[in-house]
Amino acid sequence: MSVTRLHTHLDRLEAESIRILRETVAECRNPVLLYSIGKDSSVLLHLLLKAFHPAKPPLPMLHVNTTWKFREMIEFRDRIARETGVQLIEHINQDGVDTADPVHAASRHTHVMKTLALRQALAELKFDAAIGGARRDEDPARAKERVFSLRGAGQRWEPRKQRPEPWGLFNTQLAADESMRVFPLSDWTELDVWLYIRREGIEVVPLYFASVRPTFVRNGALLVRDDERVPLEPGEKLIPKKVRFRTLGCWPLTAAVESTATNLDEIIGEMLDTRQSERAGRIIDLDPSDSMERKKREGYF
Amino acid sequence: MAMANDTQPLIDRLAALESRDTLRFAMCGSVDDGKSTLLGRLLAEAGMVPDDRLAQMIRDSKIHGTQGGKPDYSLLLDGLEAEREQGITIDVAWRYFGTDKRAFIVADCPGHAQYTRNMASGTSSAELGVVLVDAQAGVMTQTRRHTAILAMFGVQHVLFAVNKLDLIDYDHARYSAIEHECSKLAHDLGIASADAIPVSAINADNLVAHSPNTPWYTGKCLLEFLETVQVERKVDAAFALPVQWVNRPDHGFRGYVGTIAGGRVAPGNEIVVMPGGQRSRVARVIGGSGDLAVAEAGQAVTLTFADQLDVARGDVIADPANPPEVAAQFACHLLWLDDAPLLPGRRYQMKLATHTAGAQVTEIKHRIDADTQARLAATRLSANEIGYCNLSLDTDIAYRPYRQDRRLGGFILVDRESNATVACGTLEFGLRRDRNVHWQQLDVDRAARAKIKGQTPRCLWFTGLSGAGKSTIANLVERRLLSEGFHTILLDGDNVRHGLNRDLGFTDADRVENIRRVAEVAKLMMDAGLVVLVSFISPFRAERRMARDLIGENGFMEVFVDAPLSVCEDRDVKGLYAQARSGKIANFTGIGSPYEPPEMPEIHVHSDQEAAAESAARIVNQITA
Repeated sequence: MSVTRLHTHLDRLEAESIRILRETVAECRNPVLLYSIGKDSSVLLHLLLKAFHPAKPPLPMLHVNTTWKFREMIEFRDRIARETGVQLIEHINQDGVDTADPVHAASRHTHVMKTLALRQALAELKFDAAIGGARRDEDPARAKERVFSLRGAGQRWEPRKQRPEPWGLFNTQLAADESMRVFPLSDWTELDVWLYIRREGIEVVPLYFASVRPTFVRNGALLVRDDERVPLEPGEKLIPKKVRFRTLGCWPLTAAVESTATNLDEIIGEMLDTRQSERAGRIIDLDPSDSMERKKREGYF
Repeated sequence: MAMANDTQPLIDRLAALESRDTLRFAMCGSVDDGKSTLLGRLLAEAGMVPDDRLAQMIRDSKIHGTQGGKPDYSLLLDGLEAEREQGITIDVAWRYFGTDKRAFIVADCPGHAQYTRNMASGTSSAELGVVLVDAQAGVMTQTRRHTAILAMFGVQHVLFAVNKLDLIDYDHARYSAIEHECSKLAHDLGIASADAIPVSAINADNLVAHSPNTPWYTGKCLLEFLETVQVERKVDAAFALPVQWVNRPDHGFRGYVGTIAGGRVAPGNEIVVMPGGQRSRVARVIGGSGDLAVAEAGQAVTLTFADQLDVARGDVIADPANPPEVAAQFACHLLWLDDAPLLPGRRYQMKLATHTAGAQVTEIKHRIDADTQARLAATRLSANEIGYCNLSLDTDIAYRPYRQDRRLGGFILVDRESNATVACGTLEFGLRRDRNVHWQQLDVDRAARAKIKGQTPRCLWFTGLSGAGKSTIANLVERRLLSEGFHTILLDGDNVRHGLNRDLGFTDADRVENIRRVAEVAKLMMDAGLVVLVSFISPFRAERRMARDLIGENGFMEVFVDAPLSVCEDRDVKGLYAQARSGKIANFTGIGSPYEPPEMPEIHVHSDQEAAAESAARIVNQITA
């Protein structure tokens, strides 16, 4: 037995996220947790386990696999699913798996293997609510998104048709062809996520910690070669460097940063000093600055 | 040892960050007041904007900026493409920043009058309201509106940031006059505490450091104020927990899941479940990772009881010494959000805490002018308007007046057809009317009256365009039924409008009331044991649903008399279409007002393809079968 007093920022964030997860289960017919293996997903899963303790969470998790994730991510995913006992559904877009090319057609790869794949999975398995780990602080385009974000046919987001959410009262009514994206971490910042991981002792993929990895530079981005599918071009060579990742995704599209941070304290310390926003490491975002909003309307988060 | 010294400052800093608290504040003001610029500048000055974002802002300033190519700090905040193009903030945007002392969650609220509704989400959870005032203009109409909405949503602390001080040459006397006006405004609106700070967003005066331009100002600068302002928490209130969900993984465990709205709870506490009034004792208080000795307001927990009770989502578990009140009718304030206006009598869904109930606004007492606080007469509410109304629910709910508890007194209304969130409101007090007007217990009931007539009471609701043939077919059906020995009554739209409803016109609000009265009459007639035929255009789905809900699924049959508008207009038996086309009749269904066809009528008649007698025979067969 312990006495908890609820007055810290992290306590309040945690309680509100748990309330949102419970509201989703109470109001939606067939919800699913979108699990991307990253740190935000790890926090989300931890909160889900807390929300329904002492019972098991009454919903499965879905991983949309682009087949280009770091191998360590997939190993981590399978182990966490085993240890928590939460049902894991993996979906791969079989229509695109042979032609997807993150190296030469990054936008198309993301569209086919992530955006379309997610739409496929939600439609085939008839999920009416998909819980994701997106945060509003990630990008200005997300600053106005609701916690319960209505998606029309084709999973499109209509910024002008958003439902107000006073007092955290969520209108979960759906018409045919509509579904919900639910974002329990809306109010969290990247710093909150790391502080919470540290406080709760949540396990994250080791790629977040600095280690000597085989790197090469392409188009100015520092990449870590995870498998043989991408041949080195003339002039490129693998150089062992101590690097880590601030976000995780498809390995040819995720830039590493040079770092000596090998534990959580050092990661947070580095973040408090660093002057780069989180998404700067995502190669797919280096389009025009408002591309995120456009992608979102198409159904990519 | 050297290493410990190196890492100690970091460990201390992490400990500070982990134990900091939160301030949720709403930022209100128009683009003209420089709201986004102020917030953007505050973040940049406090070193909270990453370099790549700053660089992007400086790039974008040359394309989208409003500062003649110089850095436009408002661009750090504006997200949506459409909004950039229009140069206005159309929706509440959430901002996050923090210092080692406090984390801030900022609801950046739009300022223009037509976006008042968007302030709702932002202000409902705010602990502090920051209102921007343009030092050149002083307290304006919009300053009053923003402050009034903060007051309506129960925000008890307001900070007036008097901006653009550079444009009044940092004039102390001018600032003092504005400060005095602001303080009077807050006082008049019943806001408990009000402060003011002189700032200039463009020059970063008094944002994170005291400005040499205002030597006469000795109070806190903006960031320090935000870091230190004290706001209350709800820990000392009476215990209440709205039940979100019942967790029943197996027969051995039954946990009531929810977030504590007020007070504390511990194992062994006596509780009461409202509105039912069942009592028990708390057996366990379960947190996210184990049992708790006590839990308090704001915590998300699971409770188990010593006794088996029938508890469902929407019930409120509470302290028996001070339980929430119970009522089905209320006086409330409503802020209308939807583009379609509020029509009294129309049925909506209400969501309050975890409870969902059918609701209708029975009366608009008055509208409140957000700018002047004047009470104005009103028969409807349009988007962004605030009304003081009576609200009637299908069922009793547990609640507290909004002033006492935001979580148990704030609600939204959802339209049952469009699924839109059409209003948000605050419960002021319960009306005891339903306790005074008791239902008279009747010894002879509907079943008894129907029995001596040897029939089942029904309501055949004929709907369709004017001229579609409703009355013709309904008359034929009634004649056939009468000849077969049925006791019937026919309520015809035109006839009822000559008598019972002669005070009603053809506005949307009157059409709703027209249908409500007819549905009530039809219900009474069914209680008399009759087969009731209602022949009304009844163009709106929501009103037909209201009639169906009122009368009951059992016995209600919707008959859609369907003919294309062109056919009805060609027939034009009463010459009404011609008049409508020439503009002599406004709001005529099909011409100036929409007809919403039934989605799943019990009987569908195509009167342009089938003779009226055949349709009538088909209908009679269906109800006598």
